[in-house]
Amino acid sequence: MSESLLLALQLITQADAQLLGIVALSLRVSITACLVGALAGLLLGAWLAVARFPGHGALVWAVNTLLALPSVVVGLAVYLLLSRSGPLGSWGLLFTPTAMVVAQSILVVPLIAALSRRLVADALASGGDELRSLGAGPVMAALLMLVHQRLAVVTVLLTAFGRAVAEVGAVMIVGGNIAGVTRVMTTAIALETSKGDLPLALALGLVLLGVVGLIHGLIGLLPGQQGREAAMGGALA
Amino acid sequence: MVVTRPTRLMRRALLALALLCAAGAQAQDRFIVMASTTSTEQSGLFGHLLPAFKAATGIDVRVVAVGTGQALDTARRGDADVLFVHDTVAEEKFVVDGWSVKRQNVMYNDFVLVGPKADPAQARGNDIAAALKKLAATGAPFVSRGDKSGTHAAELRLWKAAGVDLAAARPAGYKECGCGMGPALNMGSSTGGYVLTDRGTWLSFKNRGDLVILVEGDKTLFNQYGVLVVNPARHPHVKAALAQQFADWVVSPAGQASINGYKIGGEQLFFANAGR
Amino acid sequence: MNAPERPRPAPALAAAPLVTLQGTGVRFGDKQALQPLQLTLSRGQRLALIGANGSGKTTLLRLLHGLLAPAGGTRQVHPLQPEGRAPRMAMLFQRPFMLNLSVRANVRLALWLAGVAKADRVERCEQALRRVGLQAEARRAAGTLSGGQQQRLALARAWALQPDVLFLDEPTASLDPGAKREVEALVADLGSDGITVVMSTHNLGQAKRLATHVAYLEGGRLLALADTDTFFHAPLPPEATAFVRGENPWL
Repeated sequence: MSESLLLALQLITQADAQLLGIVALSLRVSITACLVGALAGLLLGAWLAVARFPGHGALVWAVNTLLALPSVVVGLAVYLLLSRSGPLGSWGLLFTPTAMVVAQSILVVPLIAALSRRLVADALASGGDELRSLGAGPVMAALLMLVHQRLAVVTVLLTAFGRAVAEVGAVMIVGGNIAGVTRVMTTAIALETSKGDLPLALALGLVLLGVVGLIHGLIGLLPGQQGREAAMGGALA
Repeated sequence: MVVTRPTRLMRRALLALALLCAAGAQAQDRFIVMASTTSTEQSGLFGHLLPAFKAATGIDVRVVAVGTGQALDTARRGDADVLFVHDTVAEEKFVVDGWSVKRQNVMYNDFVLVGPKADPAQARGNDIAAALKKLAATGAPFVSRGDKSGTHAAELRLWKAAGVDLAAARPAGYKECGCGMGPALNMGSSTGGYVLTDRGTWLSFKNRGDLVILVEGDKTLFNQYGVLVVNPARHPHVKAALAQQFADWVVSPAGQASINGYKIGGEQLFFANAGR
Repeated sequence: MNAPERPRPAPALAAAPLVTLQGTGVRFGDKQALQPLQLTLSRGQRLALIGANGSGKTTLLRLLHGLLAPAGGTRQVHPLQPEGRAPRMAMLFQRPFMLNLSVRANVRLALWLAGVAKADRVERCEQALRRVGLQAEARRAAGTLSGGQQQRLALARAWALQPDVLFLDEPTASLDPGAKREVEALVADLGSDGITVVMSTHNLGQAKRLATHVAYLEGGRLLALADTDTFFHAPLPPEATAFVRGENPWL
């Protein structure tokens, strides 16, 4: 373990071009996937919090169940879709970073939708009537609650990012782990593990954690993050 | 609607980031996708061979390394332009089925049987059939890849040639992991089991524990590699011309020399044998 | 600051009906929260709904506003004369809900939801904040205000919409005496502007101070309805009398 720690530090300080490329790709793919997933997931979650139609319960159940979607299953499904022999084969997206973004977006949408639905529903329980009396329609009220709860929404997105950047099953299948093109941190770790180079694999794992930790640290420093937290301890029901 | 300044700034930054990410996707056109096997990639051959090919032709080769079965499937689906695997029987069937026009020999390496230094089943020697019989008799632990890979197919043939019917009477210690060569070796190393592996993977495998080579040199451990271009008649989008350039280069004197030139620790892994 | 003054209704039309409830009640699932009743809210009135907790005051308030759907009977809203348009309603809740934004943003949001044009939004927001005395706090996060300040912000938000009828659900119930006085003063002030006010309260002193008319509810039934003088001095149904005595034994 200490060997891996030392190795990890070495890797970071040497900042080898290949490693930087792999880290950059991991971040690009997962951040893009989270943004795409946020758009779809937040809208879906907000809508589910206010929509009333027969089958609404079934849809909520489906979203919650998909929280447990194994990443390798998503990878397989997207692979079959994007394969040349599949329906979207002519787009030529397989084994490219775009395919990886697609797979990870699909992976995080249920997570974002389920969690944002809960926080919008809870917020509407306290203030929904009042927003309604101000003339906000149900969807508008739901969207306003997302703004109202934006710190919680950020946490949801960070959770989704964590899920995306740490998964290996989906990106391995749809990306192909091609050196220099679709190799990300997690697939590199998997590769080194299967080559038997366990210390290097662990070291890469530590580097991954370090990069994610750095991102979270930077977000925590954003102007207004601490101030608002203190202010929110106020009377908002 | 009133939006505070930091939020507006963050929104713009996120939008820019998203556009950057989308833009970074597609690269240049002169590349082909090659489906190959994990053992070949893990041997490090491609890191040596492909840059030489690129220098000669300017074509990038993107390697998707999976088990032989999956590689053949990938090529069948048209998701790869060229195949580089080591299962002659499956490759010939691939041609017969029309997925490729021609199969060519490229190189061979050999399999070796590795096992615990103490060698409880007394398999040591240069006769693989005898060794396997002893493993079956003593019920010593044996790790099989069990993943329809070229190595797995070779392993099954060797058991059959040794007269052991795996379907009828599986030896006591026989375990299938459904995994690649590296993970199988990992398992062997940690459980004191015997593993049939290709020399290439073994030479670059770092987690040996007390595993050593026990059987090598038997003619039947010969592992032949072939290169096949996916048939454009079946998959019109395939980059047949570029892929053919690769096939031609790898069997040419230049390609063959590059293969022979690849060494780990001074030892040659692969032996070029195109046209033979 | 040259915003036009709010037109005051001509005294002769002050008694024009705004909302008429005829035989309407309210049901929540199986429960009849409000028994069918009859009530007419007239322009310029300041109506106090009094009763114990759970008597149906809040339900009646929301029914009059339109936030709740009537069960049976009719709820009719009459157009304003001479303006010739439907009356604008605004409601204040007991614990006002403010979005996690600045004081100013909360008021501007309400104006935006009401479809007011941008320049007017800015103008009316500032006017409203000035009216309730919160201009100095305009940039503060709404959640950091005290209880009384939040209720004043709610009033600002409602008043900015230039409502014709203001509904208040126990506006001072959770406030300390100082804040209570501030809010009451504001409500009285707004009422004297000509805005019709409907207020639910269990504070009889407040009803006496602020209202022109009083309605008494018990167990979802409207038991008494009269102008303030009559209510507090003339004989009433026994339940109402008991309530009044119970709250104010010195009457």
